[in-house]
Amino acid sequence: MKISKKDVLDTAELARLEFDDETLSKFTRQLGDILVHIDELAELDTKDVEPTSHVLELSIPFRKDEVNQTITMEEALSNAPSKEDGFFTVPKVIEDQS
Amino acid sequence: MSIPRTIKEAAALIKKREASPVELAELFLERISAEDAKINSYITVWEETALEAARKAEKQISEGNYLGPLHGVPIALKDIFVIKDSRTTCGSKMLRDFVAPYNSTVAEKLMASGSVVLGKNNMDEFAMGSSNETSYFGPVKNPWDTDRVPGGSSGGSAAATAANLCVASVGTDTGGSIRQPGSLCGVVGMKPTYGRVSRYGMIAFASSLDQAGPLAKTVEDAAIILSSIAGHDPMDSTSVNLPTADYANALSADIKGLRVGIPKEYFISGMDPEVEKSVREAIAELETLGAEIVEISLPHSRYAVSTYYIIAPSEASSNLARYDGVRYTYRCEDPETLRDLFFRSRSEGFGDEVKRRIMLGTYALSTGYYDAYYLKAQQVRTLIIRDFDSAWEKVDVIASATSPETAFRIGEKTDDPLKMYLSDILTIPCNIAGLPGISVPCGFSSEKLPIGLQIMGKPFDEQTVLNVAYSYEQSTKWYEKEVALLG
Repeated sequence: MKISKKDVLDTAELARLEFDDETLSKFTRQLGDILVHIDELAELDTKDVEPTSHVLELSIPFRKDEVNQTITMEEALSNAPSKEDGFFTVPKVIEDQS
Repeated sequence: MSIPRTIKEAAALIKKREASPVELAELFLERISAEDAKINSYITVWEETALEAARKAEKQISEGNYLGPLHGVPIALKDIFVIKDSRTTCGSKMLRDFVAPYNSTVAEKLMASGSVVLGKNNMDEFAMGSSNETSYFGPVKNPWDTDRVPGGSSGGSAAATAANLCVASVGTDTGGSIRQPGSLCGVVGMKPTYGRVSRYGMIAFASSLDQAGPLAKTVEDAAIILSSIAGHDPMDSTSVNLPTADYANALSADIKGLRVGIPKEYFISGMDPEVEKSVREAIAELETLGAEIVEISLPHSRYAVSTYYIIAPSEASSNLARYDGVRYTYRCEDPETLRDLFFRSRSEGFGDEVKRRIMLGTYALSTGYYDAYYLKAQQVRTLIIRDFDSAWEKVDVIASATSPETAFRIGEKTDDPLKMYLSDILTIPCNIAGLPGISVPCGFSSEKLPIGLQIMGKPFDEQTVLNVAYSYEQSTKWYEKEVALLG
């Protein structure tokens, strides 16, 4: 199925991505080509076919819920571009009320 | 001492004390520094840590504590496996400064086998690509012809192995990313059964398809690496608790009576006639070696690319949601709001191919399209798996070309993503069904570009896949032909 620029923009909003006009046009064309190709799946009758949820017939592995140290808080924060007092920091989300 | 090309040769030199692990590490580090600028197969080279590991191996061996065929042998890893306290980029600007606080299981196992890791190989960004042109760190070039691509996404691993800038490497394969570059660079590349190797610490692209495996010059070397990295890992709930084997010791070139299926749909239209000719000759060779050749049909395989380009991007769009400018190193400058931070960090940190796939996946999973795309794809996935299940009633392995073409020119397909996606048409079905598959060199084109034969097997039957590839390799010895470009 061909898609419109608006579809691409709506999807970009969900994916937290933004594009300049040139990329938007390019992506609209390229994604459209790919989706048109993918439409071939509609030829197949899959009415009574179970969707695959996992390629192997696995049982869910269980383990005891035990607390153990994997990485420390410092390590978990070590790749944060901005942090303070053991927290990730981001621009202010809540407006000042004063 | 001649420079060893295989794990077996390197291990023999070490055992006979003709070369020490330190000498080997120095030799390969020198080769990398002299030659890698021509092919760009490494993102990070670890001079110091490699020498340190080599010294440790040397000491252990001199104390009589020999750990096996990888001990002291210089190898490399795709830059997708995290290693504690060192940089792992996944070929992306997003992770160019990322330093993991833990080890991937694959890296840990290889280090426990005593191998010396020389560095991290270049790759397509987040393993998304078939040509290694999407890397933030620049394209990798094919050592057989540096105007051409090495394949992808484990292109750096394949090119470094082919050019002997490492004895072997470990890559990952989501839709052909080990086997296709193996084919295009003239080396052996194996994707094990889904669940055979732990994915812990392997940066996720499409979690139901990703699997790690070796790139090596010979089938025996691939088997040695597989033996090291295979096995259950409590840290990956999809890794399977089944016994593994010493795949190298169990190798057998006797394939008499083995049934090799040839899917008639895999000689696709548009296939390079030279590739078809080589693969047909390879099949005839398997028959000469005693295998029984059986024509089979895998009718739904032709839908595998479409199925894959719904499932893989859908999983990727979810896996890559974590790169939000908050936790993983890259953040845009001076974000004004949280929204601005998310949008700009992601838009600046990801390259175009990664964005295209996130967009495809987000679209396929979005309200109103889920049934038509994602659900449909998972149903077709069932049909593809069923084709293989019926094939296994008639045959023990399936053989085909790995790639319908030899290495294409750099830039040839970058403007046409669909054309690029179709280059994995013969490797994707294996991932969709979770099967083991290997690419083994089966000749050269008139332009002296390598061609690969793919052998696919039943789930967890890596040994038979390796045996068929080994039998073919030992009777043809294409691996003896070295890349002449780098001396």
